[in-house]
Amino acid sequence: MTSERRRAVVAGHGSFAEGTISAVAQIAGLADLFVPVTNTGLSLEGLEDTIRARLRESGARIVFTDLPAGSCTLAARRIARTDPGLIVITGVGLPTLLAFACGGDLSSATERGREAIAQVEGPRDP
Amino acid sequence: MTLETFRIDDRLIHGQVVVGWGQPCGIGFLVLVDDAVAASEWEQELYRMGVPPEMDLYFDTVEQAARRITEYRDDRRTGMLLTGDIATMARLVEHAPGIGAVTVGGIHHKVGRAPRLRYVFLTPAEGEQLRALAARGVTVTAQDVPNASPVTLDALLAGDGSG
Repeated sequence: MTSERRRAVVAGHGSFAEGTISAVAQIAGLADLFVPVTNTGLSLEGLEDTIRARLRESGARIVFTDLPAGSCTLAARRIARTDPGLIVITGVGLPTLLAFACGGDLSSATERGREAIAQVEGPRDP
Repeated sequence: MTLETFRIDDRLIHGQVVVGWGQPCGIGFLVLVDDAVAASEWEQELYRMGVPPEMDLYFDTVEQAARRITEYRDDRRTGMLLTGDIATMARLVEHAPGIGAVTVGGIHHKVGRAPRLRYVFLTPAEGEQLRALAARGVTVTAQDVPNASPVTLDALLAGDGSG
């Protein structure tokens, strides 16, 4: 089933990609939609090469990244400059990846991510 | 405050700089010294998009940075100057006297480089470039994030990548 679905690269700091993909697998069992990339140990140039290779190998046309100011986002945007149709979505967390994995289109998955942020407070002391 | 940190980082402006250092240290401006970026509007726009609106970002060639260094030092905000490699920082040190300390924040793997720290890989020539900086009176240390202890140049060059 998943082979017919759009695949995506998830790129982030440290174990972000593997961790969030692992969480998607635990919740929805659709981890093979995602290809993880970590920036650990890579220069910007090396990171760009790695993301480009993962896109080529997987056929993915979407890159999810963790931090707008991060090196993964910079590298993905560099690739997008010369790769028409490649979509980069940054500031991504588990709710966005889950919504995408469960069949949501990109804009609704992004919206799910935004909506999922909430501040919850316990009762104040009397 | 003033221009406090001179950092060598091959990722230039990224999460560690903008968030890791920027927020706890209250960095008000960044100076990116790179001849290629200074010549490219597109590259500048790419880096601008990663910087929060309250943080100013200046792009200079080495020559421009050397001319403006006094202006940056007189700035009342805390600032960080970045180069993407050791050679660029060495040129700046040569043209802008008074740079007393340089931090190696990240030089990553490439063919010919050996691991020295988890975030620093160096060729023998790059190790010599750092030694040459130190010989000019510059204190060279390595430090990726603010709460890490600075690593001395001797310890850095003796490292095997496990630190």
